[in-house]
Amino acid sequence: MEVMPKWADVVLIPLISLLLAAILSALVIIGIGEDPIAAVKLMVEGALGSTYGWGYTLYYATNFIFTGLAVSVAFHARLFNIGGEGQAMLGGLGVALVCIYLPWPHWSLALIFASLAGALFGAAWAAIPAYLQARRGSHIVITTIMFNFIAAAVLNYVLVNLMRPKGSMDPASQRFPDAVHLPSFQDMFSTAETALFRGAPVNVTFFVAVLACVAVWLLIWRTRLGYEIRAYGHSETGALYAGISPFRITMIAMLISGGLAGLMAINNVMGEAERLVLNATEGAGFIGIAVALMGRSHPFGVFLAAILFGFLYQGGAELALWTTIPRELIVVIQALVILFTGALDNMVRMPLERLFLWLRKRSG
Amino acid sequence: MQDDTGRPTTAAPAIELRGISKAFGPVQANKDISIRVMPGTIHGIIGENGAGKSTLMSILYGFYRADAGEIFIAGKKTEIPDSQAAIAAGIGMVFQHFKLVENFTVLENIILGAEDGRLLKPSLAKARASLIDLAQEYGLNVDPDARIEEIGVGMQQRVEILKALYRQADILILDEPTGVLTPAEADQLFRILHRLREEGKTIILITHKLREIMDTTDTVSVMRRGQMTATVKTSETGPEHLAELMVGRKVLLRVDKVPATPGKAVLQIENLHVVDDKGVERLKGIDLTVRAGEILGIAGVAGNGQSELLEVLGGMRPGTGSIRLNGVPLALSGPDADGQARRAQHIAHVPEDRQREGLIMEFHAWENVAFGYHRDPAYRSGPLMNNAVLRADTEAKMEKFDVRPPDPWLAAKNFSGGNQQKVVVAREIERNPDLLLVGQPTRGVDIGAIEFIHKQIVALRDQGKAILLVSVELEEIFGLADRIAVMFDGQIMGERLPGRTDEKELGLLMAGVNGEAA
Repeated sequence: MEVMPKWADVVLIPLISLLLAAILSALVIIGIGEDPIAAVKLMVEGALGSTYGWGYTLYYATNFIFTGLAVSVAFHARLFNIGGEGQAMLGGLGVALVCIYLPWPHWSLALIFASLAGALFGAAWAAIPAYLQARRGSHIVITTIMFNFIAAAVLNYVLVNLMRPKGSMDPASQRFPDAVHLPSFQDMFSTAETALFRGAPVNVTFFVAVLACVAVWLLIWRTRLGYEIRAYGHSETGALYAGISPFRITMIAMLISGGLAGLMAINNVMGEAERLVLNATEGAGFIGIAVALMGRSHPFGVFLAAILFGFLYQGGAELALWTTIPRELIVVIQALVILFTGALDNMVRMPLERLFLWLRKRSG
Repeated sequence: MQDDTGRPTTAAPAIELRGISKAFGPVQANKDISIRVMPGTIHGIIGENGAGKSTLMSILYGFYRADAGEIFIAGKKTEIPDSQAAIAAGIGMVFQHFKLVENFTVLENIILGAEDGRLLKPSLAKARASLIDLAQEYGLNVDPDARIEEIGVGMQQRVEILKALYRQADILILDEPTGVLTPAEADQLFRILHRLREEGKTIILITHKLREIMDTTDTVSVMRRGQMTATVKTSETGPEHLAELMVGRKVLLRVDKVPATPGKAVLQIENLHVVDDKGVERLKGIDLTVRAGEILGIAGVAGNGQSELLEVLGGMRPGTGSIRLNGVPLALSGPDADGQARRAQHIAHVPEDRQREGLIMEFHAWENVAFGYHRDPAYRSGPLMNNAVLRADTEAKMEKFDVRPPDPWLAAKNFSGGNQQKVVVAREIERNPDLLLVGQPTRGVDIGAIEFIHKQIVALRDQGKAILLVSVELEEIFGLADRIAVMFDGQIMGERLPGRTDEKELGLLMAGVNGEAA
């Protein structure tokens, strides 16, 4: 018998956690002498009050959906992939190579192949830690973290020494040709009279991210492979009993995970920057961990959590722009949300379970 | 209580519980339990798994606090908030899984947690002296300087008893003490318990084995579903009556079966060796044959290679040697030696540990019914799994095997042990395998379900299938097996027919003593 109804588990707990994070953030804002209510207004206005704000919120959310899904898939196999950041960086390299060095007649074809390249590069970057885990027992948390640093160094080398246009002082690749320009929401939804999403980076990749959510849902809950991944994640001895190879599942889950992280590059590299720059990922790989935790590793939850974090990112940027609240404090607020929704889950869960028990006893 | 002789000074009960209740979330583990245990007696507490025995003893030992109720020790109301308080009140506990430090000596283990000061030497000297006294008084001889890892399980249990006595325990609680012992070791234990009783100690024996209750206790309390259903004098009851009290209905303790009619050899094992991950040789050249239409029972104390034998046969562990199924050699290592390959060769496997192996506890029942057979084309539609077919299949199996509640959407962890096992047994038997591997089929399973599962295994045998049964319960081996092989230290000590042997002979074989020599 479950202690709590399902809705309480998936809706009530995250909401209460959020509320607690918000209250604590408000106290911090009061502490530095600002008005928390005005700050919230500013954040909501800046992130959701205009199509421009939405354009940024959804752009960030797209990044977080990919990295959140990446963490989720690995997590179903009880693998903690901390390497989304590095995998997304390498994905960016794959996307850039395809966009720069191959001629494309149309953006749609370019998108398909850039997606493949991004996923391939991300998967390849995840394959090494996966192999080390599956064959040598090297802990995947340690190796994926280290691979983030290696990825940054590799990208630095490639950009400075190989891809940088002659004479440029900027460690970045050349601009991608116009043919691979992805339609932004501004291109798609603006009419002659009204310009929507003007200047916002959100683009067609958002729909790819939504598709990825559906695909991951099908994979995890409807396919044999997903069944095996979940079985392995719950019980390794059980997997052994059923003839599910731990090596195979570890490799496949991490390849899919790395591929999803690498796929993020079509949003930030191809869709927004339209060239490969250093640190293009801006920490999205790490935010993906929080998104997956908050989304309970379910694609729909990841989608919602990604939008929330997109809102925090964009709203936070607005706050830094218009108030004396320093940029660092925005990070504090984001960290509080992560802390409460991810790490302190039991703090909310326990009292809530007790409450439901008490309610049941009274009614029963 | 501080009486130096350890003998009771009054006729007050050594322990009295009044109205103890304890709930874990929605589960009422103990409900209004009252019990009186008189000093100088052996009091049995019997009940099925999950009946609340362990919870009750944990309350008595200070691991849990009761929601309601009172505890009286020697007539005095006593609060037991933690195990220190329990020890101070003269209660000692011997757990099913020993709490000993493997690489410490016996003496070091005995003083662990009861040191007198910062320096160990005086404590050790004092313990050594009192150990000699205890050994003389109760016949509990142990070498104080032996390391725990070097001595046998029976000896380790003695160390646990000595630990309690060293802490001045007057009341000794033993939780399923014979689970890991050979019959001979168990007999020794009971002799020690009787000796302790003569010296005035009070003993509470928790077990699910009816025979132990009948042989050793003075009084017995029966628990069912968190409640104390009866307390009776052991001399005034019998096993059938106790079983009925435990289950709440009449049960058949004997397995009903006709003599086997063995056919051709289905499984032939020759010179099978297994070396585990640590490099220890677990199977040292096993030769066995199982024929169609017979149940071969493997008896032995847990940890003598039976698990490894099942794991090699089930494709969970590599080995060397030869295994043939219907004359066809099986791969013993490499990719063709996994659980999928074994299933394709019509070997079904009811594993020893259903919670860690046979089921995914978080999965719905219908997902578990496919577990291991999830690649079956019948469960597939295109690239996806055909969940509708799976659920229909689950409903059919649940009805046929009387799984309760018959709800395919319930997670495996929310079924009782018996119903979990029925799900596993249904899944494996309904595959109509040539060979069924069965490990501890009724461990942690209630009596009612035991009866049912035994019937299913016998029915499969009667269809002419070969069955390899591993069990540490001798009663189960005697009840089910048509032929018995005894394992000790990775070897087969001998084979016997159940009608032509007895527990004593098997017990010697299980202890590594060859029957002919004894």
